Amino acid sequence: MAVTRDDVFHIAELARLGIDDARADALTAELSSILAHMEVLSQVDTAQVPPAAGVGAGGTPLRPDATIAPLMEQTLESFAPSMRDGFFIVPRLATHEDSSESGA
Amino acid sequence: MNVADYTRLGAAAISGKVRSGEVAPSDVVRAAFERAGEIGAGPDALNIFLHADEEACVTETKEVQQHLDTAADVGILAGVPVAIKDNIASLGLPTTCASRILGGYVSPFEATAVTRLRANGAIIIAKTNMDEFAMGSSTENSAFGPTRNPHDVRCVPGGSSGGSAAAVAAGITPIALGSETGGSVRQPAAFCGVVGVKPTYGRVSRYGLVAFASSLDQIGVLGRTVDDAAIGLEVIAGFDKADSTSSDADVPIYRVSALGKPAPEARHPDTEAMRIGRSPVPLPPPPDSTTLKGLVIGKPKEYFPESLDPSIRAHCERALDRFRSMGAVIRDVSLPRSPLAIPVYYVLAPAEASSNLARFDGVRYGLRVDPGKGLKSMYEATRSQGFGPEVTRRILLGTYVLSAGYYDAYYKKAQAVRTLIADDFRAVFASGVHAIFTPTTPTPAFPIGAISDPYEMYLNDIFTVTANLAGVPAISVPIGRVRRLPVGGQIIAAHFDEYTMFRVAYALEASLGAEAHQ
Amino acid sequence: MTRDRYEMVVGLEVHVQLKTRSKAFCGCSTDFGAAPNANTCPVCLALPGALPVLNEHAVQLAARAALGLGCTVNPISVFARKNYFYPDLPKGYQISQFDQPLATGGSIAIGKDDKGDDVRIGITRLHMEEDAGKSIHDRYTGATAIDLNRAGVPLIEIVSEPDMRSAGEAGSYLRTLKQILQYLDVSDVSMEEGSLRVDANISVRPPGQSKLGVKTEVKNMNSFSAVERALEAEYERQCALIDSGGAVQQQTLLWDGARGTVRPSRTKEGSHDYRYFPEPDLRPLILNPAWIDDARKNLAELPDARKKRVGAEFGLSSGELDQLMATPALVDYYEAVARQSGDGKGAYNWVMGEVSASLRASGEDITEFRVRPADLAQLLNLVRDGTISHTAAKRVFALMLETGKPAAQVAADERLVQVGDEGAIDAWVEEVLQEHPEEAKRYLAGEKKLQGVLVGFVMKKSKGRADPKRVNQLLSARAG
Ligand SMILES: [Mg+2]
Ligand SMILES: [Zn+2]
Repeated sequence: MAVTRDDVFHIAELARLGIDDARADALTAELSSILAHMEVLSQVDTAQVPPAAGVGAGGTPLRPDATIAPLMEQTLESFAPSMRDGFFIVPRLATHEDSSESGA
Repeated sequence: MNVADYTRLGAAAISGKVRSGEVAPSDVVRAAFERAGEIGAGPDALNIFLHADEEACVTETKEVQQHLDTAADVGILAGVPVAIKDNIASLGLPTTCASRILGGYVSPFEATAVTRLRANGAIIIAKTNMDEFAMGSSTENSAFGPTRNPHDVRCVPGGSSGGSAAAVAAGITPIALGSETGGSVRQPAAFCGVVGVKPTYGRVSRYGLVAFASSLDQIGVLGRTVDDAAIGLEVIAGFDKADSTSSDADVPIYRVSALGKPAPEARHPDTEAMRIGRSPVPLPPPPDSTTLKGLVIGKPKEYFPESLDPSIRAHCERALDRFRSMGAVIRDVSLPRSPLAIPVYYVLAPAEASSNLARFDGVRYGLRVDPGKGLKSMYEATRSQGFGPEVTRRILLGTYVLSAGYYDAYYKKAQAVRTLIADDFRAVFASGVHAIFTPTTPTPAFPIGAISDPYEMYLNDIFTVTANLAGVPAISVPIGRVRRLPVGGQIIAAHFDEYTMFRVAYALEASLGAEAHQ
Repeated sequence: MTRDRYEMVVGLEVHVQLKTRSKAFCGCSTDFGAAPNANTCPVCLALPGALPVLNEHAVQLAARAALGLGCTVNPISVFARKNYFYPDLPKGYQISQFDQPLATGGSIAIGKDDKGDDVRIGITRLHMEEDAGKSIHDRYTGATAIDLNRAGVPLIEIVSEPDMRSAGEAGSYLRTLKQILQYLDVSDVSMEEGSLRVDANISVRPPGQSKLGVKTEVKNMNSFSAVERALEAEYERQCALIDSGGAVQQQTLLWDGARGTVRPSRTKEGSHDYRYFPEPDLRPLILNPAWIDDARKNLAELPDARKKRVGAEFGLSSGELDQLMATPALVDYYEAVARQSGDGKGAYNWVMGEVSASLRASGEDITEFRVRPADLAQLLNLVRDGTISHTAAKRVFALMLETGKPAAQVAADERLVQVGDEGAIDAWVEEVLQEHPEEAKRYLAGEKKLQGVLVGFVMKKSKGRADPKRVNQLLSARAG
């Protein structure tokens, strides 16, 4: 499948990467040529292969439900781009109703 | 201590002298920085270090010195200078992954591997240059300029752990930590004429390693000799309850330096603060490192293609002859799905990366570029100006293969083929083969700027990436030179059998001797 | 009437916060009300290099909830990353479960239909995930404030089948679900505190049509009644749309409680492509089938079963039971009193009467109520064996509450023990007749209806201690 310019703009939007037109053309070509090398995978018969569920053998280890004081050698202020009254501050959302998207 | 001596000593020898009081840890550190100065580790020359602070290091040695004075056990790396790849979180020095988006970022916590090094007396002297977020095979993708190969400054050192490989090759430290996702320790080790080991997936905690592709990432060790790499791995290996994918398999003693003269065991302090799991159970040290009697070493045909550089092939054949002369049986084997590894890798790794790098959004830490047009434009400006071209390319590639309509054709398919590639290795090891030998890379180091096509660059990992996909341990050791440039041979073993892998590596190193660098 | 021309079809997605001390994947506290970002660490801040480790208790609570909702708990479930950018989502993805959830295929009964059969609502799936942080948009002008104390708090998402046919059914589903989770003690299930959140999927179709209509998703309801009102509003909107020849667009809508209307969320549709894939930082969650069986065996008694049992054991009406079952603690208290006093009805009257009244007054929780079930049971026994009168009992109860002393002692100290002795009562009767000569004369002259009045005077004089039966007997005797 060749990647189209629209694809590039769409995935750039999903990945929150600002892409200008010139860059978009270059990326369309680059991604297409890289993906061309992946086509060989479609010829492999994987019908019998069980889906790889997660990583490693055995179940994920569980930790006891105990609170631990966070191990931080510096304060949030030492690396946060913008803080106020203990909050991280970001530019107001253009459409803050989007908050319905958060809260899982 | 004088620099010439220092650059000749391995980790075991240095810590031996320090423990015996022959040299002070501060003198060792001074020597390391003196060597860095004379060889030109700085940005204007080899550009190996991104962050280093000599005076802070010298101060740090006071703690080791106190242990020595109070006769407390200071560990097997007492006073040994170690360089750390810049994508491994360390206290004191910044952790930037050679990216603008993390410019100046200092981690408030430390990687488990680094904590274990310190707990064994090591002195962290610098953070080393790398391809941005470990995405590359040449260290040309660093936001802070390329690292140069100490053997030929016109050439790349390989990557992405190019800075760590160069630091060891230049004699600045006997040991350096790197990280692997598709060959980022072994390939630069081969290009720089040093030893590079990538342990079994889960052998070393990833806690504190900035994630590129979580299901492939492992911290690895670069060493001047096999023994340096063995000691380094022995110290950082073992279960860590902070990494759900780390293994609780026992960690044997890998180093032969323990032979005869008992060195203290690697210490794994088990405190909540360090979140460190159980300590290694020592197995008998490797037998006499000059015999391989009873071992079967596989030679996979897929790794010796027609196109292979003839002089690299010749060096490999010489190594295989040495194995025979030491009593090993060489068997032709096949890993039929290995040729699919690069396509599989460049679907899976970018897919995971596109998700792992979403956290760099300018909200909580790192770079923020705010054009003042709301949140979305802040995201887009921060990420497009913070990430370099290769990282951007891979994030987009990964986003594409995961996006609606393409997931099954790319991601799901690649996962399945990954399983087949791993099955190939299982089959070979199940057939009675103890280790597999291949060239580490298809070519020696290439000139800076020589490769512009992304996919051509990806092909550098063609012989190394399979071990990451299968999760098996692999090591690259120097096996000679081509046009004055080092080349490496790769020894691959079964899951958690680093023991056999090291045994073969020690034997090869011993039998090649000086020829390994000719 | 639209009701006859269109059928409402509703499915609900409910997020419930699990009752754990620490977060789902790190050791940070889940306490609310801490200073902004005080409960954060490298893991829940998504600092470079941090990794998640799953909270064992969160798994136990999620499995308990799943079993209580009649789901099958899968021995292997897989965590997945749900990728999207939002400033209160630190990693840029939410750790959730996707194609291999913790549990599937349950159902709960939410009441009876007119034929008296159970109305059951299917549970499609229950999966574990982590909460996001909080974005505060109205605190600073032009800026959004981010608090990540809630980020990483363990949740379960419970997805129902589209089985509800009215806003009322949706309401009873939510109330039933809430009660079950309360009785299983897996969550505080408070919509006010955000430990329970509801999103609704709603569509309409002509009755009899099996194919589902195009659905919309309604969010942003902050109470069960808000859910019901939002569903009504959206139902009317969709019906009107179709009647006017339009078609329903699949979209996300936000309930505006103040206006009582839904409005489109400005989220660009199609901009949601979550790119789920298995979380490589966690291995699959593997639960031993024996462990799952134990969890099922040790499951607390579910509300329905408990209602039946308590009703049968103490002979209460369905209405009375519903009052007692309001919270597990209340019915626990009731059962203890009823069992120890052997008086189900009396216990009910006291618990719903005096006890509830003083709890309402003091605002305290029944678990820390001063009068423990044993004390109240003793009081009931004193009334039954006639040691104290019902009038006196109320006073004793008040004093028990005040002093914390046992019923018998209070009764004795306050000389409230009922007097049955002839002499004493006859003396009081004599005094009363003296003090009210007019009534006495008419009563003795045969005006029987005055007896009640006179008994009242005697009881008053005796401060409630005189046994009313004996007083009546003595008065009648005098009347001859
Ligand atoms: Mg959810
Ligand atoms: Zn945390």
